[in-house]
Amino acid sequence: MIAAPEITERNYLTGKEGVLSWLLTTDHKRIGLLYVASITAFFFIGGLFALLMRLELLTPPSDLVSPETYNKLFSMHGIIMVWFFLIPSIPATLGNFVVPMMIGARDLAFPKLNLASWYLFNLGGIVTLYAILRGGVDTGWTFYTPLSTTYSTTYVIAAAAGIFISGFSSILTGLNFIATIHGMRCPGLTWFRLPLFIWGMYASSLIFVIATPVLAITLLMVAVERIFQVGIFDPALGGDPLLFQHMFWFYSHPAVYIMVLPAMAVVSELVSTFSRRPVFGYKAVAFSSLGIALVGFLVWGHHMFVSGQSIYSALAFSLLSYLVAIPSAIKVFNWTATFYKGSISWDTPMLYAIGFIGLFTIGGITGLFLAALGLDVHVTDTYFVVAHFHYIMVGGAVMAYLGGIHYWWPKISGRMYPEGLAKLAALTVFLGFNLTFFPQFILGYLGMPRRYAAYPPEFQVLHVLSTAGASILGVGYVLPLCYLIWAWRYAPKAPPNPWRATGLEWKTPSPPSVHNFDETPVVNYGAYDYEALKGELGLG
Amino acid sequence: MADNSSDVLPGREARAHLDHFATAEQQRNTAMAGMWIFLVTEIMMFGGLFMAYAVYRLGHPQAFASASRDMNIVLGAVNTAILITSSFTMALAAQAAEEGLLRPAKWLLAATILIGIVFLGIKFVEYYQHYRDHKAPGFGFQTNLPDPGGIQMFYIFYFAMTGLHAVHMIVGIGLLAALLIMTELGRFSREYHSPVVITGLYWGFVDIVWVFLFAIFYLPGLHLHG
Repeated sequence: MIAAPEITERNYLTGKEGVLSWLLTTDHKRIGLLYVASITAFFFIGGLFALLMRLELLTPPSDLVSPETYNKLFSMHGIIMVWFFLIPSIPATLGNFVVPMMIGARDLAFPKLNLASWYLFNLGGIVTLYAILRGGVDTGWTFYTPLSTTYSTTYVIAAAAGIFISGFSSILTGLNFIATIHGMRCPGLTWFRLPLFIWGMYASSLIFVIATPVLAITLLMVAVERIFQVGIFDPALGGDPLLFQHMFWFYSHPAVYIMVLPAMAVVSELVSTFSRRPVFGYKAVAFSSLGIALVGFLVWGHHMFVSGQSIYSALAFSLLSYLVAIPSAIKVFNWTATFYKGSISWDTPMLYAIGFIGLFTIGGITGLFLAALGLDVHVTDTYFVVAHFHYIMVGGAVMAYLGGIHYWWPKISGRMYPEGLAKLAALTVFLGFNLTFFPQFILGYLGMPRRYAAYPPEFQVLHVLSTAGASILGVGYVLPLCYLIWAWRYAPKAPPNPWRATGLEWKTPSPPSVHNFDETPVVNYGAYDYEALKGELGLG
Repeated sequence: MADNSSDVLPGREARAHLDHFATAEQQRNTAMAGMWIFLVTEIMMFGGLFMAYAVYRLGHPQAFASASRDMNIVLGAVNTAILITSSFTMALAAQAAEEGLLRPAKWLLAATILIGIVFLGIKFVEYYQHYRDHKAPGFGFQTNLPDPGGIQMFYIFYFAMTGLHAVHMIVGIGLLAALLIMTELGRFSREYHSPVVITGLYWGFVDIVWVFLFAIFYLPGLHLHG
């Protein structure tokens, strides 16, 4: 080929230098890292709001912040964490970095669109931060009408505009992944030889492109109603507030699966690699991703059981919500079956994977409680719901994100990370998380409503436990930030395949060269085929 | 630079596809797939508005019919015919580009742009008439018809949906102008022309949306014309 030898020896980090070479890069690996920087910043901003809320809830009266400020805190915590951390977290960072390499491609199908998506994401983030700095939003992350369109005096339009803009970055990422996975797999890499990470990315990309435009148009309608004071959703102006909730949850329920499907995708990789066994029931796990994506579009009404929708709709949505448990359970059972007779190693990513499986199971089963109409009426808008979705989003998605970051860290940075410290952090996160959110299940069941700055004194013990847990959790999140920044420069160099994993990404050097592969790989074995790769991986 | 070093037959073949694709065919297919996926997102976006329209039309059937009677059916029908004609010229332009007939492709692109502008002009005249007749919600909306709330809801969706459509038309005209310049600069050939074909898909989609908009805004009151 034309490429000179010294170019192939340079890796993607050193290939070009200077700030501009990063800001104008179309390399999927560099864009993945740009996203890491952005979402890490948003994660700690969103975390700051959570910290303030937990501090306020240490004592029964609303003494640290006023109830109005508290309304803004939980709204902005939700908005930042959902749209500017969780939604892009795994797809835009690890997905961007790994997907092309896993399928033996040199880049995503549309590298410029990929870069554009990062700029749109940051533009949306800046507009939202502007809304926050001007005084924030107090509608909750759900923007329910007519509060958001008529009565709120806060910066609703700016916040909605930020989310609207960043929504297009999600759409572009999803579009890019679908086109890439369809069109750019290397020779021999058939659909059923794809790593399960790719199946998960594909399923979540489908949700990205199908659900996100509906959020965009819904927010646009909210803006139209608020700006021109014409009734679309406000009943006082002749609109229908339930229509807003239907449209919002048509996006926002599938969005939960945008957050958790990529997490499951990571866990499938981790479970196989650190058990050194193919994932049990490969096809079932692959199709369960598509199953979750599909069923996820049919259950939004379970957010509206007490909203006044028809009882017959509620019955149907309740039944359909139960169905989500089937593909979810398929995954959990098949991961645990993968451990059976596996050669298990307890490296940090595996700790996160096992943590994910346990916490996701608790989050999932309490989700079934909430899908049951009778019980849901009792615990609607209580801390039970808060605990449930944090088990899925923080216990699930964030654990898997951290597991994935550690797993691919040697590939990303070309260096290892300090294993002992990382294990300590994983343990801290796990303990801190449970101490934060398990008491909230009890609080909710006892009747503590969400979104209140003050509460009766009998709830204080549980709230203090929760705040204590949140402090531990905070330490658990700051630790990896510190040691990974240290490891970027000073940790020992990583070999190309430190975990002896089977994915094509491990066939590249660490860190990979600019174009990933000098020669397009050819695949003649299935996913996780440790037997076929025995010699190559140096397995006994 | 690689371009200078291979001075013998630098070859369109060698640069007929971008670096990260294996073949030109792969690039073409992937680009087509990308546009189709994008159109799915567009369907979902317009779909949200169509769904909301359906909800309110079911709630105010009489008001939607009588509000629709005040639409200028002649301008609407003419505009529909005009836009379908532009789809025809666009399809011919894509066909011409595929066969490497760049001169006809250029003229057909120019014709499509021109027809698109005429469409927007007529649309603007209609908007002005609504505004003058106090039919623009948020700008002194008035009506004497029964169920004024329903009437206003009709106009909210009329402006929102045809407005979103007009934005898509403007974007489309911008894309066509870019294609025109690229054709003029000799960027396209028998081997490489997928931007024209892909923009054609987009243009066709925007046209189809209009056909539905015409049906739901101009026709519901047709039986009331007497």
